Amino acid sequence: MERHELIVIGGGPSGLAAATTAANAGIECLLIDEQANPGGQIYRAVGTIPEQRASLLGPDYNYGRKLVDQFNQSSASYLPGTTLWNLNSQREIGILRDGQASLISADRIIIATGAMERPVPFPGWTLPGVMSAGAGQILLKSSGLVPAQGVVLAGVGPLLLLLAWQYLHAGVKIHAILDMSPSGNIWRALPHLPGALLAHHYILKGLRYQMQLKMAGVKFFSGVTEFHAVGGDLLEAVEFTHRGGRKRIDTHLLLSHFGVIPDSHLSRCAGCDHTWDANQLCWRPVADKWGNSSVDGIAIVGDGSGIGGAVAARHAGRIAGFEAARALGRMDEKQRDDAAREDQGWMRDDLRVRPFLEARFHPPAELLSAPPDETVVCRCEEINAGAIRTAIHAGHKDANQVKFLTRCGMGPCQGRQCDNAVSQIVARELGDKKMISGGYRIRPPIRPLTIEQLAALDEGADPK
Amino acid sequence: MNAKSDVIIIGGGLMGLSTALHLGRRGIKAVVLEKASPGRHASGVNAGGLRQLNRHIAEIPLTVAAAEIWKNIRELVDDDCDVVLNGQVRVAESDAQLQKLQARVDAVKAQGYQHEQIIDSETLYRLVPRLVGGCVGALYNPDDGSARPFHAATAFRHKAIALGAEIRSGVEVLAIEESNDGWKLDTNQGVFSAANVVNCAGAWANCFAAMLGESVPLTPKAPTLMVTERLPPFLDLTVGAEGYQLSFKQMQNGTVIIGGAHLAKLDFEREQSVIDFATLKTSAQTVTRFFPHMAQVRIVRSWAGIEGFMPDNIPVIGKSAKAAGIFHAFGFSAHGFQLSPIVGRILSELILDGKTDLPIEPFDIRRFNESES
Amino acid sequence: MPVFRRLEEADIRWVEIQIDGQTTQAREGDSVAAALLAAGLRSCRTSPISGAPRAPFCMMGVCYECLVEVDGIPNRQSCQITVQEGMQIRRQIGTAKGYR
Ligand SMILES: Cc1cc2nc3c(=O)[nH]c(=O)nc-3n(C[C@H](O)[C@H](O)[C@H](O)COP(=O)(O)OP(=O)(O)OC[C@H]3O[C@@H](n4cnc5c(N)ncnc54)[C@H](O)[C@@H]3O)c2cc1C
Ligand SMILES: Cc1cc2nc3c(=O)[nH]c(=O)nc-3n(C[C@H](O)[C@H](O)[C@H](O)COP(=O)(O)OP(=O)(O)OC[C@H]3O[C@@H](n4cnc5c(N)ncnc54)[C@H](O)[C@@H]3O)c2cc1C
Ligand code: FES
Repeated sequence: MERHELIVIGGGPSGLAAATTAANAGIECLLIDEQANPGGQIYRAVGTIPEQRASLLGPDYNYGRKLVDQFNQSSASYLPGTTLWNLNSQREIGILRDGQASLISADRIIIATGAMERPVPFPGWTLPGVMSAGAGQILLKSSGLVPAQGVVLAGVGPLLLLLAWQYLHAGVKIHAILDMSPSGNIWRALPHLPGALLAHHYILKGLRYQMQLKMAGVKFFSGVTEFHAVGGDLLEAVEFTHRGGRKRIDTHLLLSHFGVIPDSHLSRCAGCDHTWDANQLCWRPVADKWGNSSVDGIAIVGDGSGIGGAVAARHAGRIAGFEAARALGRMDEKQRDDAAREDQGWMRDDLRVRPFLEARFHPPAELLSAPPDETVVCRCEEINAGAIRTAIHAGHKDANQVKFLTRCGMGPCQGRQCDNAVSQIVARELGDKKMISGGYRIRPPIRPLTIEQLAALDEGADPK
Repeated sequence: MNAKSDVIIIGGGLMGLSTALHLGRRGIKAVVLEKASPGRHASGVNAGGLRQLNRHIAEIPLTVAAAEIWKNIRELVDDDCDVVLNGQVRVAESDAQLQKLQARVDAVKAQGYQHEQIIDSETLYRLVPRLVGGCVGALYNPDDGSARPFHAATAFRHKAIALGAEIRSGVEVLAIEESNDGWKLDTNQGVFSAANVVNCAGAWANCFAAMLGESVPLTPKAPTLMVTERLPPFLDLTVGAEGYQLSFKQMQNGTVIIGGAHLAKLDFEREQSVIDFATLKTSAQTVTRFFPHMAQVRIVRSWAGIEGFMPDNIPVIGKSAKAAGIFHAFGFSAHGFQLSPIVGRILSELILDGKTDLPIEPFDIRRFNESES
Repeated sequence: MPVFRRLEEADIRWVEIQIDGQTTQAREGDSVAAALLAAGLRSCRTSPISGAPRAPFCMMGVCYECLVEVDGIPNRQSCQITVQEGMQIRRQIGTAKGYR
C-alpha cells in the first residue's frame, strides 16, 4: 500500500495550515481534498474567482489567497478532486480520484474536514425552493448565482446576516430575515460579553451588517416560532408565529440556517471517541490541545473538531503541524512547544468570542428535539418524527436501534441529515440529558462507491 | 439485586429470545440477560437469509422444521417479520459444477428430503433474468427466502415479553457458579440465580462453556455485508454461486444486500471490526461477474457482525455434558438466523421434557473432545 | 420563472450541455446542480419513496438531494460534479416508485 509520512484530509484553512507547517518542518506530506481548488468552505474557489465577485465577498475572504499561496510554495503534495470514502483506526485511507478507488496509508493523519450546516427538520423543509443558507453562499461563491425573485432568510446564526449583507451588495431583494433564536439568548450571552470584547471585531462586524441591512429597508422578525415552509410540489410561502400572531410571506426561495456543526462522519468512521457538546449541540471528537484524537496517530483540527471559525482553524492547523513534526521525529517536545506558543496564544484570544456567540446563537431546544410528528426527519427514507417516537416507545432506546427498525439514516446520505435530530429526539423522549444513548455508528464507505470502482480497487499490494 | 427464577438465558440474540418465547408458550417465565440490547449483535445485523439450500446434512431436519415455522411466522410471533419466500438458487457455471450439485441433491434425497432440486439453464434464466449468460443450471429451493432480521428480533422479543419473559438489557454475566439449589450468576447488576441456565451468548458463549470445564474451539469472526442504493426491482430470488463466496439478494425496498462470509478484521476485546476493503474487492468482482448490470451501482454502507464459528461449521446445541441444568446453543457459523425458531423450541423441550424429537446428536458439545468419544 | 439569476460578470466562458435532451449553456466551472438551477429548473428528481419532487439542498455534498443522471449514469451528486462540454444531464423523475 502506498504509504506517506503524513496525510492531511481537507484543504480549508486548518488543513492548508497544517500541511504547510508540517512540510516546512521537513515532513513528507500529502493533502487530499474533494474540491477542485484549495480554500475549503470559507475560501471556496478563492484562487479562481473573478475579481468583481471576490470584492462582493469582503476582505476576510481574500485573506484565503495568502494561505493558499503559502501552501503552494511548500513541498506538500496535493490531490484535489479526491474524495475520501474510508478511514480506519489503522490509518488506512480509501480514496476516489477520477473514478479510480485506491487504498493508501500514513504514519500520521490530520483530519481537517471542517463543518457542515446543522440540519434541522422543520415542516416543509423537503420542498424544492428550500435550501440551506450555506448552499446559497456556495452558489454565489462558485457560480455567481443569486436569488432572482427575492428570498426569505430564516434560522439562527451569523451566516444568515453575512449572506444577507453579501446579497444586499449584489442587488438581491430580501423579503425578510426571520431570527429564530430564543429571546432569552441575549441574556444568556451577556455574561460572556467581557471575554468576547477581546475579539470585538466579530461583534462589531455583526452589528454593522445588521445596521446596513435595516437601513436598506430589509424586514427583520425576531423571536420567530412554529416555522413552516408551505407549498404543494414547490415552495410557495413561509408561515410562522411572531409576537403571538400567525404570519405568512410568499416566496419561491427560502434559505434556512441553524449554525454549523463538525462533520464528524469521518472521525466516527475511524473509531475516534466523540462526546456531546451541550453548548454547540452536536457530537464532537475528543481531542487534546495538540489535536490528538483517541486513536493513535490521528489528529483532528479546525471546525471538524468543534466550531471555532476560520481564524482558530488556521492556528489549530499550525499547532497540529508542529505536533506532527514532534511525533515524526523532526522536533523534540521543547522545540514543538516553542514553535506552537504564538499560535496557541492567538487561538486562545480568537476563541474568547465563542461562548458569547454560542449563547447568542443557541438554537431553540424544541426546534431540534421536538419536531412535530408529521415532520420528515430522514429526508432520504422519508421517516417522520412520529415514526421515530413510536419506535422509541416500543423499546428502541438508542439512535442505532431506531435506525435498524425504521431505516431512518439508511439512505444515500448515510444519516448525515438526520443523525443529530434523531439522537436529540431519542434523548428527549427518554429524559437522557447526558445523551448517553449516543449517535449513529458510522460505517464505510462514507461516500458512495460503485461496485465497479470497488472491483477495480488499487490496494497497492506490497511488492514483497 | 438477587433474583431467583426457573430459567435464566444468557444472551438476548434470536436464540435466547426464541428460547424465552417457546418457554413462555409452555407457561415458564424465563429471564433473559443481555449485556447490550436485544438483537445488538449477529441477530440484528445479519443478512436475513432463510436458506435451507446446501446446508450441512446434519442440519437438514432442523432447517426443514424451521422453514415450516417461518412460513407461518405470524402464528408464532404475531408479526410477519417481512418474510418473503421467493426461492434461492446456487448457480453452476460448468457441467462439472452442476454434477457436483446433482450429487448433493442425491445425498439429500437419500436422507428422505425433497426440498432441493436441480434446474436447467432455461428455468434458471426465467427465474433470474439479469444473470450473466453462460450459466448451465443451478441448485434450487423454491421455498427459501429472507426476512428483516432486526424486525424479527423485535417481534420475537415482544412476543416473548407478552408470554411472560423478562428481558434485561445492560446486564452482563461475569461468572457462573453452582449453588445449593441450582446456579448463581454474577453480573454487573448483582447476582441472579436459577435452576436452569441456557447459554445463548453467541460469539461469547465459549467463555461460559469454559467456566463449566467444557471449552470448545469456537472462533469469533466478523462476516461483512454491503448494501447498495435502491434499484428498480430486478430480482426476486436469493442467488449464490458454486465456487464463489456470494450471497446476493434484492430487498423489497429496492436495495441489494451482498454477502458471502467475507471477513472483516475483528478486535474481539473491544468489539470493533475494521472492514477489509481488499477482501470486499473480491466480493465486488464476483458481483460484476454474475450481474454485470450492477457495475455502476453505488454501495451505500458496509458493516460486519460478530458471530461464533465452529471448526465443522455446525453449531453446538444440547445439554451440557458436565453440569445438570445447563444448556447450550451457539456457534451457528453465520447461518443461525434461519434456525432460530426451531432452536428455541428444541431448548424449551430439553429443559421441560428432558428430550426432543429432532436429531441433535451431531451438535453434541462433546464432539470436539477426542478422549471422551 | 427561475429562482436564481447570474451576476453580470466579465469574461464568462460558457459550455454547452444538454438537460433532459434540451441544449442549454452553463458557465465553465459550474457544478451540475448550479447549472440546473441557473437553467430555471426547480426540482431535479422525485423521491423514490413518495414520488415527491426534490431539489438540491446543501450544495456541499452532504444531503444527497441533488441526484441526477449524468452521461447515462444515474444517482450522481450533481453539486459535486463540474459541467463539461457536451454533458448529458437527465433529471430523475418518476423512477422506481412503490417500494415497501
Ligand atoms: C456552508 C458553509 C459556509 C460557511 N461560510 C462562512 C463564511 O462565509 N464566513 C466564515 O467566517 N465562516 C464560514 N463558515 C465557517 C467556516 O467554513 C469555517 O470556520 C472554516 O472554513 C473552518 O475551516 P476548516 O479548515 O476547519 O474546514 P473547511 O474550510 O470546511 O475545509 C474542509 C475541507 O475538507 C474537504 N472535505 C470534507 N470531507 C471530505 C472528504 N470525505 N474527502 C475529501 N475532502 C473532504 C472539504 O471539501 C473542504 O475543502 C461556513 C461554513 C459552512 C459549512
Ligand atoms: C453479517 C452476518 C450475516 C449473517 N447472515 C445470515 C443469514 O443470511 N442467514 C442465517 O441464517 N444466518 C446468518 N447469520 C448468522 C446469524 O446471524 C447468527 O447465527 C444468529 O443470529 C445467532 O444468534 P445468537 O442469538 O446465537 O447470537 P447473537 O445475536 O450474537 O446473540 C448473542 C447475545 O449474547 C450477548 N452476550 C454475550 N455475552 C454475554 C454476557 N456475558 N452477558 C450477557 N449477554 C451476553 C451478546 O451481547 C449478544 O446479544 C449471519 C451472521 C452475520 C454476522
Ligand atoms: S445538494 Fe446536497 S449533496 Fe448535492
